Amino acid sequence: MNVLELRKDADRLVDAGADRAAPVLREIWLNDGGPSTAAFVVSRFERLRPRLRLTPWRLAILRSFTVEPMVPMLRAGAFAAGIDLTIQVGEFNAYAQEILDGDSALYRFAPDAVILAATITGIGQLRDLVSVFRSRSQAHLIVHGVESPVFPGAGLLDAQSETGDADHVWQLNREIRSLARSTRGVYFLDYDALVARYGRLGWRDQRKWHTVRLPIRAEHLAHMAREWMRFLHPLTGKVAKALVVDLDNTVWGGVIGEDGMDGIQLGDEYPGAAYRELQEAMLDLHRRGILLAICSKNNPHEAMEALTRHPGMVLRPEHFAAMRINWNDKAQNLRDLAEELKIGLEAVAFLDDNPVERKRIREALPEVSVIEMPASPSDYAQALREAPVFERLALSEEDRRRGDYYAAQRRRTVAERAASTKEDFYRSLGQEAEIAAVTPATLARVAQLTQKTNQFNLTTRRCTEQQIAALATDPSWRVLSIRIADCYGDNGLVGVAMTHDRDDACEIDAFLLSCRVIGRTVETALLAHLAEAARARGLRRLEGWFVRTKRNLPAAAFYREHGFQLAREDGAGSLWSLDLSLRTVACPEWIKVTTSGAEARS
Amino acid sequence: MSVFDQVQGIAADILVVDQERVTAQSSPENLDGWDSVQHLNLILALEDKFGMQFEPEEIDRMRTIGGITRIIERRLNGAS
Repeated sequence: MNVLELRKDADRLVDAGADRAAPVLREIWLNDGGPSTAAFVVSRFERLRPRLRLTPWRLAILRSFTVEPMVPMLRAGAFAAGIDLTIQVGEFNAYAQEILDGDSALYRFAPDAVILAATITGIGQLRDLVSVFRSRSQAHLIVHGVESPVFPGAGLLDAQSETGDADHVWQLNREIRSLARSTRGVYFLDYDALVARYGRLGWRDQRKWHTVRLPIRAEHLAHMAREWMRFLHPLTGKVAKALVVDLDNTVWGGVIGEDGMDGIQLGDEYPGAAYRELQEAMLDLHRRGILLAICSKNNPHEAMEALTRHPGMVLRPEHFAAMRINWNDKAQNLRDLAEELKIGLEAVAFLDDNPVERKRIREALPEVSVIEMPASPSDYAQALREAPVFERLALSEEDRRRGDYYAAQRRRTVAERAASTKEDFYRSLGQEAEIAAVTPATLARVAQLTQKTNQFNLTTRRCTEQQIAALATDPSWRVLSIRIADCYGDNGLVGVAMTHDRDDACEIDAFLLSCRVIGRTVETALLAHLAEAARARGLRRLEGWFVRTKRNLPAAAFYREHGFQLAREDGAGSLWSLDLSLRTVACPEWIKVTTSGAEARS
Repeated sequence: MSVFDQVQGIAADILVVDQERVTAQSSPENLDGWDSVQHLNLILALEDKFGMQFEPEEIDRMRTIGGITRIIERRLNGAS
């Protein structure tokens, strides 16, 4: 469908007040982003706004050049991403005063994020500005780096001088980058790399610079706005956690079911090299903590054969967290995949060479980010690399290893189906648990688990790092974490228990387990440890609350199933108790438990 | 599509008015919302669509839709 028809389609839907207009407007913007399209897209989104669930976000732009023409493009891109952006543009070249004056329009605007689009001349001034800004505002700050000259003033001699223009720019950019790295919530926008990407001479517009202080040529204004959006995606959480890919003519050239292993195109020569390059881009996403999954219409054994054995494959089955290789409708497959990966559809991106499948997903599942595919396979990798939904501004160790966890999980599921009894499956896992008192190294992950875990969480008590650190130094409290590894891999730190000794009882204040390891009796091992440790401290009872939420049904029967008696029930929840002089909790024989620091205090 | 039709469509987009309201005689004086900011946006949109950069002197002469159309046509015909 061409853009003119899409526009008519969008206007018809907007007039009818249908929220289905939103994905159409998004497609128009992605296919034809530019000054005139921006005005069209923004005006239609503004009419639809009351019907859409958009994330409100306030952005201030401090600047030393004209940015007004980019504002509609930034708003169009934001609308397309589900963000309702309110933008305030600072006075021309007044960025320093606006940051230094605590009562300036900048702070009164109360921005969520600030872009400093100014020509920085020295790192000293920037360091001062950043430190004052941080003391006054918690907003994210995106700092533009400086641009290399098209022609250095000294010409070729620039290279021979210690104080040449080019050297100065590199040095300054390195310092800004390092300042951003070491300051919380401050990010470096590599303006020089952006300009270079599109070509330095073609980027600049000297006529507009001389007349209206706009240094960027009309055709590149959208690229500037798009670069800003790359930051706003991760800042507003509009990101994809998983990329679901088609196989035939996407991951390799040709159709495996017709062309066979020897016939598909994949390797170092064209056209196979184009598909290999796409796989390399996918591998980079995998390393960034983005899950990869397959949704392909094929016979599973033929596709698996190519995935496992084709010599040109960069990716192998272990890189994929989940697979749907069947002849079902792709929209249904995507729903199933999201459920299996325990993520929402808004966290799914979809890559498929077939425009019919892309249209189907756009219409059936408008939450999914459908990646626009260029005509030539040689451009596929770039389409993936420039998609802003894969941008991240920080990466934890857990993020980096997430793909491995899911791939191991997939192999566990296969083993579970093959095992004749549950116990056989548990024994085959060879699970090893390490229960340890919280340390400075595990504090962040423990806090993150208390904040994110919803399903297997007995009390859903959310804690900050500071709160947990305080409890850990209180002699009546114990904050424990559990790590699990098995023959399929390391699951990392997956559970937390916090207990509080009072009189002759040990009360379980928090008990939670990542959904990643539910159903493998890990919870019993952790509870057994709590019971044994409480008895060793001379306590008579182990008690725990169950506080019901909308999401923690999987944990509702936990205490009852482990022999606890209901002691009390009120509006707050139910209190369960185990008499340690009569009963205990047995650790499953198939889990080998080691403890470290968990019993340091008694 | 003629140059005039394209200019008309782009102006209607930028100024958020129906295409029929934009005529050869339309100017900042008789069309609502055509202020200096939108004038710059209109020029940038035309430069983007037609792949050309106007000289400051040409921009000074762009006072009506008809005048803008004539300047673009002259450019497309090889004169500048």
